[in-house]
Amino acid sequence: METRFNMGWTLIRGWAVLVYIFMFLPVAVVVLLSFNASQFGNFPMTGFSFRWFVELAGNEAILRAFRTSIILGLLTALISTTLGVLASLALVRYRVPGANAISTLLIAPILVPEVVLAVALLLFLNFLGVNKSFGLLLAGHVIFTLPFVILVVQARLVSIKRDVEEAAMSLGASPVQTFFQITLPLMMPAVLAGALFAFTISFDDITGTLFWKPGGVETVPTQIFAMLRNSISPEINALGTVMIVMTVGLPLLGAVIARAMARKSGT
Amino acid sequence: MSVEKREARQPWILLSPALTAVTLLLFVPLLFILVYSFWLRTATGADVAGFYLDNWQEALTDPFYRDILISTLRIAAITTVACAVMGYPSAYFIARSQGNKAVLLLLLMLPFWISYIIRTMSWINILGVSGALNSALMALGIISEPIQMLYNEVTVILGLVHFLLPFMILNIFVSLDGIDTNLENAANSLGATKWQAFLQVTLPLSLPGLAAGGLLCFVLGAGTYITPLVLGGPRDAMFANLVFEAIITQLNWPLGSALSLMLLAVLGALVMIYNRYLGMAQLMKGLG
Repeated sequence: METRFNMGWTLIRGWAVLVYIFMFLPVAVVVLLSFNASQFGNFPMTGFSFRWFVELAGNEAILRAFRTSIILGLLTALISTTLGVLASLALVRYRVPGANAISTLLIAPILVPEVVLAVALLLFLNFLGVNKSFGLLLAGHVIFTLPFVILVVQARLVSIKRDVEEAAMSLGASPVQTFFQITLPLMMPAVLAGALFAFTISFDDITGTLFWKPGGVETVPTQIFAMLRNSISPEINALGTVMIVMTVGLPLLGAVIARAMARKSGT
Repeated sequence: MSVEKREARQPWILLSPALTAVTLLLFVPLLFILVYSFWLRTATGADVAGFYLDNWQEALTDPFYRDILISTLRIAAITTVACAVMGYPSAYFIARSQGNKAVLLLLLMLPFWISYIIRTMSWINILGVSGALNSALMALGIISEPIQMLYNEVTVILGLVHFLLPFMILNIFVSLDGIDTNLENAANSLGATKWQAFLQVTLPLSLPGLAAGGLLCFVLGAGTYITPLVLGGPRDAMFANLVFEAIITQLNWPLGSALSLMLLAVLGALVMIYNRYLGMAQLMKGLG
């Protein structure tokens, strides 16, 4: 019996290794090919070169797309984290009648397929006279990142004890002072995690963005999508490598910072 | 104002910005496209407000839309099953591993953070005419001419599985990780084999996670239009592609509204059924 189980476990482990390979292989190939010296950005590789990164850095359209994506991501993170943190505070800290129903309402943007959300928002705001614009893009990104921020922030807020705040108030701090000097610093890891999540999701979005973006404005994913129309070029692989470093590096960095801050504040 | 009253008002003040945003940017727009779907788009491009059933009649009776809806649901179902088959053993491996679970999980979640469009297009590098697989097969002398392996339904499903698998694994892991391993040991000591213990104890207890992962994979898979555009051929359009076509290309917004609501109704019904039997809490656990 024991040996049969071990065989079962070996099979499971082998299966898991295959799944890991399946997940990572295509991404690894993107990184590998971005250093390909060949003209055509595909196999066979002819040598090691940074030329595609150099061309990338000189490509005005891509740089513009990066600027747009970063500004959009930062504004989205700022707004949606503010809304999300306030709502999470209300849901975790107060006994609100109908809290479950309110949670479901606030989560609704991820329960509705993004295409449908994109169409509804585009047509409604257009009806109100708001054309495809950066504002529409921002509104869209805020509404579908909000649920993620609320989920992340709520999960972490639960672990912050009220005792510390009550102690501050009993020592004479006003509610506002207590919030800014006690609650907010304790919440900071949760706030940062939420903001990072919002930024990453916004930065990566293409489904809604293709509906909302005005003509001529591209974010990084829509720029890649437009470039794919021609054929896959080594430049796209180089751009992919930059994106991989950004989207994997930033959250990892965030996790490290959040952990360090949590350790420092003793929670 | 009394302290109690102020206390009672505070949460609503905190909630109002988020609730306003969701109302104005989601619920009112959804109601609006419901109304809009009964308007008419004339040949001149102007909308005629009114109560016309033309769009709904077209959306619901045209076999073209029906066939694509069915194939969309089929693709989403195959994707979900593939994710479950690939994901369950992997999640089990992480949950029961003696090593560092956090690192194993993080490793599997890394692709989750990598851009969707990059991960989708990365398959062109593998399966394209001058991709890794063709080059390898030609170098080995198995084929003499590259084969076109891309741009069909299989590659669409492949891309979707690659995109959605982390959602499945995370949800199953959360479920498995919460099961007390003593239960399995108890089953064993009562005479069950490892396999019986798994089938009768662990598997049933992990079904909520499997269901949550399955729902996410199905709904996200059935709502996509980017994957078929990048990895599919001209005949592999999914339902969301029809919506995109109607809204962006043909600018027939009333018809696009009706098609969007059809997709919402089908996928929304699934979410409702899920919510009725399992509740949203499990889903939130996996996401949060």
